[in-house]
Amino acid sequence: MKMELIVALIPLMPLLGFLVLGAGFRTIPRKITAWVGPGVILASLILALVLFFSNGKNTGPTEYHFFTWISAGELRIPLGFLIDPLSLLMIFVVTGVGFIIHVYSVGYMKDDPGFNRFFAFMNLFVFSMLLLVMGNNYPVMFIGWEGVGLCSYLLIGFWFRNQEYNNAAKKAFIMNRIGDLGFLLGMFLLFTTFHTLDYHGVFSQARSLQPGDSTLLAITLLLFVGAVGKSAQIPLYTWLPDAMAGPTPVSALIHAATMVTAGVYMVARSNILYILSPVTMTIIAVVALATILLAASIAVFQKDIKKILAYSTISQLGYMFLALSVGAFSGAMFHLTTHAFFKALLFLGAGSVIHALGGEQDIRKMGGLRKALPVTWLTFLTGTVAISGIPPLSGFFSKDEILMKTFGSSSLLWLFAWLGALLTAFYMFRMFYLVFGNQFRGTTRPDHPLHESPLTMTLPLIVLAFLSFAGGALNMPGLFGGNQLLEHFLAPVFSRSSPALQGELPISHATEWLLTGITLAGVLLMIFWAWRRYVVKGKGLLTDETRRPFWVRIVAEKYRIDELYDFLLVKPSLWLSRFLHDVVELRIIDRMVNGIGQAAIRTGNLLRYIQTGNVGFYLFVMVLGVILIMFFNILI
Amino acid sequence: MSTLSSVPIDYYLVFCSLLFCLGVIGVLIKRNALVILMSVELMINSINLLLAAFSAYTNDPAGQIFVFFIMVVAAAEVAIGLAIIVLIYRTTGSIDINVLNKLKW
Repeated sequence: MKMELIVALIPLMPLLGFLVLGAGFRTIPRKITAWVGPGVILASLILALVLFFSNGKNTGPTEYHFFTWISAGELRIPLGFLIDPLSLLMIFVVTGVGFIIHVYSVGYMKDDPGFNRFFAFMNLFVFSMLLLVMGNNYPVMFIGWEGVGLCSYLLIGFWFRNQEYNNAAKKAFIMNRIGDLGFLLGMFLLFTTFHTLDYHGVFSQARSLQPGDSTLLAITLLLFVGAVGKSAQIPLYTWLPDAMAGPTPVSALIHAATMVTAGVYMVARSNILYILSPVTMTIIAVVALATILLAASIAVFQKDIKKILAYSTISQLGYMFLALSVGAFSGAMFHLTTHAFFKALLFLGAGSVIHALGGEQDIRKMGGLRKALPVTWLTFLTGTVAISGIPPLSGFFSKDEILMKTFGSSSLLWLFAWLGALLTAFYMFRMFYLVFGNQFRGTTRPDHPLHESPLTMTLPLIVLAFLSFAGGALNMPGLFGGNQLLEHFLAPVFSRSSPALQGELPISHATEWLLTGITLAGVLLMIFWAWRRYVVKGKGLLTDETRRPFWVRIVAEKYRIDELYDFLLVKPSLWLSRFLHDVVELRIIDRMVNGIGQAAIRTGNLLRYIQTGNVGFYLFVMVLGVILIMFFNILI
Repeated sequence: MSTLSSVPIDYYLVFCSLLFCLGVIGVLIKRNALVILMSVELMINSINLLLAAFSAYTNDPAGQIFVFFIMVVAAAEVAIGLAIIVLIYRTTGSIDINVLNKLKW
């Protein structure tokens, strides 16, 4: 097969799935959907593998142009794809994790009336995401960017009969729109500066610019605003916890593994621009650290199993941005990959728990599920250990690498990132013990006993657990005798950005061992503390929350950021809308329009008396008119 | 032809204008629909005469062709006009146009 065809088919397969399932969402039987939905993603995955292996050792970027999409003046936007190590990695993450989650969804959504609609949206999402990562210019990325936003909206509000879910969907959409505006402005500025929007053209011209160029600073900041919206960083993160209203596979695929990492991908893709604007990098570092700590501390007090995972996702995305801000682009991509594995696993595990309990999401009403759900328990444990960063699971290696690179940049940054890692371990094991430890505290309906999930759900869990376990092998650091496969694989993409990124770490092996040891000790201590607190003492089931100390209540109430936004932004805009409607619309514009109508009616009322009905009069006026016309003709 | 062109064109102009004005005045001051129709005919014929005169004066037969056309159209128009007047008479019992003043404000 021709390369071009394979590359084109990778995103087209999910699009085909969407078109088929979308067109026949009322008529296609579930059995066919259950094959078509995951099948098209599997086809993409296989095509990506074919592409990867037929490329062989050639990891250089290859561009495929299909047609010119927009051509106006000097603006030329082609629909073209760029296949290089970075986009290949993202294609694998999207199709691989996407396929596993699709298989899981077959079991999870089995009884849902919107089965076909669900798979149509999911396929559309995978298509948009592939477009996002495969495009060879910013506008194509932006189509994908908007496409995933749309699918996110559709799937958060999937159960649209619930108004609260609709509100969550709208919130996600509007917050993303704020970020998208930044992205769009960034693109405009890119075009006026470089007169092209192709990656190749932009990056080759950017390399000749001085570091700290003010235009570049503006561009990178605007693009980062887009990333903040999409990847749920401060201040645009509040949509992600609400987005948990969607079905759990959606949370796993869109709000943990792929879509929210689009921002990370975008910054990594534009690495040259970012390397050249140190001020932006500092801002990213501050935002990322603040996000890590804020989200992690909120997660400690959450009661909803999915909300904990949502805040955990925000916090882990913060780690990725932290890695980007210190120039560890491949470290960020590594964490993105492992995070896709273990966070998808955790979400699917949570879905399995929710499924078993018949929709219960409050962890205070769980507990002791180890015996009832052995497969879920084991895989969930793998995910929890992986995200906490315990060797030899994948999360340890990726997070360790970020911490090392951060330490190489600034030890203060490292300290905060370290604190975040401890918090991560604590809140993850708090959730794990409350869900699986001790005795069952909830109630089961007699018609719905506790049961392990079907094979379509447990099999994806097992595969993801394996990936979370062994994913670290992708990029084993030199410290542990690994050969940093991923870093070498991605090197061609990032090496162009700056020579400063290459070469050994500026810190010695001894320091590395020490830092790893400190992190590991802290994490283990946190796990022990969580075990003592939630298993031995059986705490964390406080019903009377008013007796908590003030600062605990503030954190438990999510720092009241939502209330703050409500007060600062939502209420004023609602007030403004009401003002515009009641005063400007009704009293000014409506009156003007009605006044014009009234004037026409009154003039007509006056003029109608000319119509006397007397034929002689009409004739007289007609002759008069003819004479006047002739008179004026002579005059002129 | 020779008789027509032996009279100067000014005479035709003045005569036709007077005839036309008579027609207009007839339309304006008469209340009898039949007389109004006849006044209209008078206006048409004044124009016909003028066309024929100019045709002879400029040696261009097109004017006379026009006259034939106008005669045909006028014949048709008179047929319709008379039919309308007959209908008016049947409905109102009169052909006074001042009776036809129902269609007003």
